[in-house]
Amino acid sequence: MISVRDLRKHYQVHKRPPGLMAAFRSLIHRTYTTVKAVDGISFEIKPGERVGFLGPNGAGKTTTLKVLSGLLHPSGGEVMVDDHVPRHREDAFLKKIMLVMGQKQQLLWDLPPSETFELNRAIYDVSRAQFKQTLDELVTLLDLGDLIGKPARQLSLGERMKCELAAALIHRPKVLFLDEPTIGLDVSMQVTMRTFIKSYNERHGATLILTSHYMDDVAALCPRVIVIDKGQLSYDGGLDALVQRVRPEKRVVLRLEQAVDVARLAALGKVVTHDNATAVLQVPQEAVNTTVSRALSTLPVQDLTVENAPLEEVMSELFAETKARRETVSA
Amino acid sequence: MSMRGTLRAMPTLLRVGVSEAVAYRAEMFIWVLSTTMPFISMALWTAVARYAPVGRYTSADFVRYFLAAFVVRQMTGAWAAWMINYEVRQGTLAMRLLRPISPLWAYAAENLGAMPLRLVVVTPVAIAAVYLQGWSSVPQTVWGWAFFLVALFGGWLITFLVNVALGTLSLYMESSTKLMDVWFALFYVFSGYLYPVELFPPALKGLVDWLPFRYQVGLPVELMTNKHDFWTALTLLGAQWLWVGLLLLVSVVLWKRGLKRFAAFGG
Repeated sequence: MISVRDLRKHYQVHKRPPGLMAAFRSLIHRTYTTVKAVDGISFEIKPGERVGFLGPNGAGKTTTLKVLSGLLHPSGGEVMVDDHVPRHREDAFLKKIMLVMGQKQQLLWDLPPSETFELNRAIYDVSRAQFKQTLDELVTLLDLGDLIGKPARQLSLGERMKCELAAALIHRPKVLFLDEPTIGLDVSMQVTMRTFIKSYNERHGATLILTSHYMDDVAALCPRVIVIDKGQLSYDGGLDALVQRVRPEKRVVLRLEQAVDVARLAALGKVVTHDNATAVLQVPQEAVNTTVSRALSTLPVQDLTVENAPLEEVMSELFAETKARRETVSA
Repeated sequence: MSMRGTLRAMPTLLRVGVSEAVAYRAEMFIWVLSTTMPFISMALWTAVARYAPVGRYTSADFVRYFLAAFVVRQMTGAWAAWMINYEVRQGTLAMRLLRPISPLWAYAAENLGAMPLRLVVVTPVAIAAVYLQGWSSVPQTVWGWAFFLVALFGGWLITFLVNVALGTLSLYMESSTKLMDVWFALFYVFSGYLYPVELFPPALKGLVDWLPFRYQVGLPVELMTNKHDFWTALTLLGAQWLWVGLLLLVSVVLWKRGLKRFAAFGG
């Protein structure tokens, strides 16, 4: 479905020091530097897959999505999306894809979302019958009822984002690029969006690439993740395997009936957090069984769970690891 | 999108354009107030022509001319250059580019969508012109009406395509709105908006005929006020549509090349 080979996107960026003199000097002599937003990444995505595209700010995630959706012309490499070269922006290609950006809107600002839906129906040449069926489905699943008749500017961020998603799906795209779709939304709205996105993928078999800084989005939606940093690929594989690789230790979370001395906890494993009612221990995977049985027999445990390290920590450790490796190479 | 698909989508695009114009009606009426210069010119030139005609223009001709200039200016206005500049700088052009229809059609529909509301403003002015100055304020033959309407559409197309061409330059430079200011400076001098172009000295008038500005406002106004015979009108219409063709070519080439440079800033 999606094939990316040695994709590169480099920008020439004008650079100057601060100050008035520098501003005047830049009139005569401009200095440019090349920013390698994406620098030789390759991957394949199968039809119907849900893939998380992760990386720190400035890693090149959004740039890659923009290349995949035909908005940007790559500086090098080959990109194919469902047998189309995105930069050619053929109608058949544009009718198959959609890019939803949490920080950009396609809704007509002063008109109700229903106008944008109708506009998209006409532009994507969707039959009246299919439009009605799709819209009814979207209105029900996203609970849009009263929202589609209010001017977009009067909707809350969460309401607007639901309408944005609905507008993006009027033509039932086969490939959906989601760039931080839950940014700024409250927790319950994030859950609504995730549930809807997953059900869209399952019902229509759509291929989905998601970027998000909310690891809950990634954990809920993406069995596979691609991690890029400074424009280069640093991981491509299962989410569980990534966690195993970066943080093989497990977390034993204890709910305690009464306060326990930290020294007693430390005897079982590395104490991550500890207060009167809870304690979190980090232990090697092979020591989980022993630790659990010792905790149950020696401590006043009310409840116990074994978890992976939080995804946020896994990611920040991975980014730190990649950065250290890069510094070693450049040194 | 294929031409057939675009034509099928166009009524909806225009309807949405009208809805947007209605939503921004207050802004539009303020813009109308900023285009009342022909009324000031009318006061000046009728005073000048009180005792003797200027060229072939009497006081009554000037009244007719400037009422027509107001009407034509309303019906040939476009603002795509500012929209393109804004959307390129903000990166929101990306949302338009994701759709299987050229954003240029969408800009055209949004600009044309304002016309019904503008008709509400210009119709009373046109009626007042007929009431005050008689039927010679509007075309008096069938061909006169046909030529006037074609010239009006041609005038709008030239204005719109210049907007597209200059707006598209924002893909090559950081902002191109100042170029529109330069265009407007030349437009005020050479278009016939502030005075009829035939009042220019003959040598300068020859130059004006070769520039596009007259075909934006001057020609439709001259045709509305019956200033040309059939063959002169036809020749001038031919020149106007040559400009339409040339500007269409320039703006489409600039647009297609410019899109390769689009950086889709911001997010």
